[in-house]
Amino acid sequence: MNRIKKKNFVNLFNLADLNLKELGLMEIPEKELYKLSIHQISNLLRSKEVSVVEVVRSVLDRIEEIDSLINGYITINKQKSIARAQELDHILADSSVDFKKNLSLLGIPIAIKDNICTQGMKTTCASQILSNFVSPYNATVVRKLLDQGAIIIGKTNLDEFAMGSSTETSHFGCTRNPWNVNHTPGGSSGGSTSIIAADEAVCALGSDTGGSIRQPASFCGVVGLKPTYGRVSRFGLVAFASSLDQIGPIAKDVTDCSLLMKVISGYDPCDSTSVNRPVPDYEEYLINDVKGIKIGIPQEYFEEGLDKEVEEKIRQAISLFQNLGAQIEEVSLPHTEYAIATYYILATAEASSNLARYDGVRYGFREDQFTDLIDMYEKTKQHGFGAEVKRRIMLGTYSLSSGYYDAYYLKAQKVRTLIKQDFEEAFQKFDVLLTPTAPIPAFKIGEKINDPLQMYLLDIYTLSANLAGIPALSIPCGFSHEGLPIGLQLLAGHFQEEKVLRVAYTFEQNTEYHKKLPKLP
Amino acid sequence: MNYETVIGLEIHAQVLTISKIFCNCSTGFGAVPNSQTCPVCLGYPGVLPVLNRKVVEFAVKAALVINCRINKECRFARKNYFYPDLPKAYQISQYEAPLAEHGFIEIFTNEHEKRIGITRLHMEEDAGKLVHAEGYVSSNKSYVDFNRTGVPLIEIVSEPDLGSPQEARDYLQKLRNILQYLEVCDGNMEEGSLRCDANVSIRPAGSQNLGTKTELKNLNSFRFIQKALEYEVQRQSALIEAGGEVVQETRLWDPEQNKTVSMRSKEEAHDYRYFPDPDLVPLAIDPEWVETIRSTLPELPEAKITRFVQQYQIPRYDAEVLSVTRSLADYYEECAALFPKPKIVSNWMMGEILRELKNRNIDITECPLNPKALAGLLKMMDQGIISSKIAKCVFDEMFTTGKSAEQIVQQKGLTQISNEEELEEIIDRVLAENPVVIEEVKKGKNKALGFLVGQVMKLTSGKANPALVNKILKKKL
Repeated sequence: MNRIKKKNFVNLFNLADLNLKELGLMEIPEKELYKLSIHQISNLLRSKEVSVVEVVRSVLDRIEEIDSLINGYITINKQKSIARAQELDHILADSSVDFKKNLSLLGIPIAIKDNICTQGMKTTCASQILSNFVSPYNATVVRKLLDQGAIIIGKTNLDEFAMGSSTETSHFGCTRNPWNVNHTPGGSSGGSTSIIAADEAVCALGSDTGGSIRQPASFCGVVGLKPTYGRVSRFGLVAFASSLDQIGPIAKDVTDCSLLMKVISGYDPCDSTSVNRPVPDYEEYLINDVKGIKIGIPQEYFEEGLDKEVEEKIRQAISLFQNLGAQIEEVSLPHTEYAIATYYILATAEASSNLARYDGVRYGFREDQFTDLIDMYEKTKQHGFGAEVKRRIMLGTYSLSSGYYDAYYLKAQKVRTLIKQDFEEAFQKFDVLLTPTAPIPAFKIGEKINDPLQMYLLDIYTLSANLAGIPALSIPCGFSHEGLPIGLQLLAGHFQEEKVLRVAYTFEQNTEYHKKLPKLP
Repeated sequence: MNYETVIGLEIHAQVLTISKIFCNCSTGFGAVPNSQTCPVCLGYPGVLPVLNRKVVEFAVKAALVINCRINKECRFARKNYFYPDLPKAYQISQYEAPLAEHGFIEIFTNEHEKRIGITRLHMEEDAGKLVHAEGYVSSNKSYVDFNRTGVPLIEIVSEPDLGSPQEARDYLQKLRNILQYLEVCDGNMEEGSLRCDANVSIRPAGSQNLGTKTELKNLNSFRFIQKALEYEVQRQSALIEAGGEVVQETRLWDPEQNKTVSMRSKEEAHDYRYFPDPDLVPLAIDPEWVETIRSTLPELPEAKITRFVQQYQIPRYDAEVLSVTRSLADYYEECAALFPKPKIVSNWMMGEILRELKNRNIDITECPLNPKALAGLLKMMDQGIISSKIAKCVFDEMFTTGKSAEQIVQQKGLTQISNEEELEEIIDRVLAENPVVIEEVKKGKNKALGFLVGQVMKLTSGKANPALVNKILKKKL
């Protein structure tokens, strides 16, 4: 069956605008199912207009067609996805199953960043050292997705061990930005954001340690949310910096983002840092209204280094919110300037310890020519890790060393507390804060890779949220003159995801940016 | 010059929980290598530790009895170093904020009591075990058994309050005894469930400053500990006497050569880069919970010894021996309740029972004689039904067959002959056969009298009541 309903032709670019009841009347070229969102596909599946197998095949065909150009995937889970789709079609045919309550993601092809463990599938962290590693267990988030009927369509590319801001440090080659393939998609979740922009999956998971979901979401023109620290279980997320890492959703729109958030959130007894607190029904907060909402504009985020075009788009967004009835006011986060230094001391310290386990003894890559144990360790790490990972391990090892610990690690912890307090004070007064996600739009591949400091500066607006542990979301808010997406960041207090989702939803409902698609073959 | 010895001990005790400290794998000893492992204790990518509450409970118990102050909040820290038996390349331990601090225990050493300070008690995970066995596998390879990885340990660090190898040994013995009493640790040094490192230095007698210390490792038995410490004290004083200096280093005890050998110098010492483990949240100990735990603590050896001396009027030495383990003390008390001559019970337990347990290499809980059976035997002896000599034979029989004393005495006809007429008849026979000996007795040779008693015993297969035999003999001579 090539055509589902042979009535009229509908331009799929406008599909999002349509009342879903009308979908039954329109014609959907099967091969373009991949362009739809979670809520659109769910409705088609439940009204039996398409099958899960059709959805999966459509996405797999799209990957086949375009991923050699984008290089967003490290592993494509083709055979198992089709088999699972067939099983899910049987479940779908069973009228006794309550799909509203359970299986909220039934038949939805989802891509997982390749630093999140998937049982029986490679989890490489885009590193030579784990290039052959197959996890014996599923991350808690993966189990939750599978429980809700999702299909893990593949594993996406990232900067090696999520260390980077451009997806260029991957052992499997860099990912390209669908809006301009000569540009990076940002990083480290550049694989997940690219494939969503290029419609190679319906939605995806990323991880965010200093901006690794939001910055690439802004570069690729998609929605990405870093949840509150402790909201989503980290069990099965290969640790980079344990006190900063969070898994979060990457989606085509705010609605999908909140659907995914609801599934992956919640207390996990396997993660002592996850918080036992009820998960709200985020969808209920998708209200197109910001009247009376207090939005703070941190002045420190509009200083030197911010691209003029980016600033202009952010200012336009601020005006829009003002017109929609939000109360806008400037605010100061005085310790912002210390965020980068604080972050790079703490994140690298934790990383140096977290990555020590990759020693070639039990799993993963081992250099096979060695003279003794120490030689084996040294050669395995020397050849198994890339330059950026080694740089960060060395930085972290240094700052934890005896004699330096107090001056670096301990001091950074204290500054972290000050940064946290800045936000706590701001959220006494404001519902959300609004900032640019990144200081510039996507840059060219190779442009910054040899200048680590320039690269680190790209995280300047995102990493404070990780230090403070607060939720932050990036949503498209315009395009540069070169046609590259620009992202807007919304931040809220601990466990206030619903606030950023509501404000983001209102913005989306009143703009057209999310409807624009990259021109791809 | 006269030197004073300064020793501090670090004890690692394996905590007797069923499952490991950060995952639910079994802690059982001796299982097939790597059969008790999971992604968490194997340090697989992405796993996280979750603290076993039972470990904290056991650690709090131990901390309470060694008089430590339980900190309101404690933290786990990572101790970073590379070794194949350490899968995460860091050990989760406690560093800046341990569970408990500022404790002490009293030891009885050199005939007097001495208070030994305890610096801290903290929780940590054990590492795995390397297997280099030849023949087991190809001999140029090493293998790792991760069954022990993640087994809970408590580390107890003493102040440098121990003044001699003997004191160190007494302290360790006492601590081991306490932990066994609490059933927090089985104290088995051979299986490694109790391990000990020592810091040793010497200084001129009366000096306030500490000398340079060395750290001794591989002290895996009480004997090694004492010998290693004695050797090390000797080595250090010889070094200083010869005008040299002690170098701060870690030394290993080599039991084959009976000496300590240098393992690594201070310069080669690891920088463990401790920092708080971000995967585990700070642990707040509820004071009410601590009080609940305190209320369940058993009577400890010291209190028991004092009570035994008072209540049973037995020597302190007896009380100490009988209090070595909780089960031995319980056995004693049960038996003494059924046969209320506590010193006799004590003699038999310290003599026959402990000897036989040792011969068979079994524990009091596996003793074929229960306290009631022992009391039965002692009663028969006390009532004169059997002689003490016969009682020992009956005891051996009871130990091997598990029968009661009554059964054995009856079956074998071992009842003591206390009938005067019957005995007189036998004694007359003996006297008639030994006129020469009678002369000797009359000359006052006691040995000769003993011979005559012996002859009577021989004719009665030992069943004659010895007191009665003596009485009759004396009367007749």
